[in-house]
Amino acid sequence: MFVLIVGAGRVGAAVAKYALASGHEVSVMDEDPLSHERLDAGQATTWEEAGGRFTVGTALELDALREAGIEHTDLFIASTDGDNTNLIIAQIAQRQFGVRKVIARVMDPARAAWYREQGLHTISPAQEAIEMFKEALHEHAQAL
Amino acid sequence: MYAIVVGGGKVGFNLSREMLRRGHEVTLIESSRTRYVTVERELEHSVQYGDGTELWVLERAGVERADLVVAVTGDDEDNMLVSQVAKDKYGCEHIIARVNNPRNYSHFKLLGIQPVVSATDLILRLIEHEVPRYGLVHLLALEDEALQIIEVEVSASAPLLGRPLADISMPDGSLFISVLRNGAGFVPRADTVLESGDRVLAVIEPGREAEIMSMLAPDISQAPA
Repeated sequence: MFVLIVGAGRVGAAVAKYALASGHEVSVMDEDPLSHERLDAGQATTWEEAGGRFTVGTALELDALREAGIEHTDLFIASTDGDNTNLIIAQIAQRQFGVRKVIARVMDPARAAWYREQGLHTISPAQEAIEMFKEALHEHAQAL
Repeated sequence: MYAIVVGGGKVGFNLSREMLRRGHEVTLIESSRTRYVTVERELEHSVQYGDGTELWVLERAGVERADLVVAVTGDDEDNMLVSQVAKDKYGCEHIIARVNNPRNYSHFKLLGIQPVVSATDLILRLIEHEVPRYGLVHLLALEDEALQIIEVEVSASAPLLGRPLADISMPDGSLFISVLRNGAGFVPRADTVLESGDRVLAVIEPGREAEIMSMLAPDISQAPA
C-alpha cells in the first residue's frame, strides 16, 4: 500500500522507516529539509536509495500534498508536532482527497477523544503515557 | 451579547476593546504570557491566559453560553480548530474566523467554517475597486444565500444605452440594486436610463457574470476565475 506521512519527527520518521522495511511504498513530507537526516540515520543506504520518497512542504499546501502523492494514498499519517495542524490536515486528506484511512497524532487527550468521537482515528501519546503510568502505579502498590 | 475572542494580537485586542465599549460582554483568550500581561493592563478581568485551542480553556471561558466565537490568532490551523470545536462541539451559533493566508480559504470552507475574514483579501478587493482591471468587481459574496454583489462600469458599447430599464430583459437571477453616477448613488427605477460611465451595483447568482458583462460592458474581457 501507499503510505503518506506528514511530519518527520521522531515518531513520523520511525514509522516511515518501519513501513518501508515492511515492504510498503512510503512518502514523507516535512517543512524542514533537515528532517530528511532522521530518515537516513542508522540506515545502510539513503532514504531514497532504499526506495522512500521525501517532499519539502507545509501540510496545508495542496500542491505539496499532491506532489507527495496524496491522490493515491491508502494510509495518511499526520505526525507533525502541532496537534491542530494534524487534526486539520487529517480532515483535508479525508474530505478533500478521499483518503480511506487517516490517522492523526494528537498529544492532548481531550482533543484526541472528541475528534475520535467524530470518526477520526487519533492516537494520543500523552494518553498512552498516562495509562502506562497508572498501570505502573498499580503494580508498584500491589508489590508493597 | 457574550463573545469569546481567541487571540490577543492587534486584531483580537482592538476588537475586544471596541466590543466592550459597545456594552458587550467579552472574554479574550491569549496564550502568550507576556502578551497577556500587556493586554490585561487595559482589559483586566475580560482577558484570560491560556491556549484557546484547549477545550478546558474554552470551557473555562464559558463557551457553552457564548453567542459568538471569534478566532483571530495568527495561525490558520488554530483558527480552524477553534471554529470547528466551537461550532460542532459546543453548538455556538455565530463563528467568525480570520484567514491569515488567503490560500487557506478553501480549507476553512471544506470544514464548513464561515464567515471568514482575510485582511489580504480585503485589501485586494479595495485595490480592485480603486483600480479596476477587468471592469467587474466582486464586492460581497453571500455564500449561504448563493448570491453575490458586483460592481460594473457601463461602457460606451453597452447594448442597453438609451433605453429605460423597463424595456430591458434582465438575465434570470440578477437585479440592479443601485447606480453610481457623478459621485452620487440612486436606486434605479423602471424609467431609469443607464449612461456610459455609470457604475452599476447588481446582486447576481454566481456564474451570471458573463451575461451581466455582455449587457453592461461587452468590450471588456472578464476577470479570469
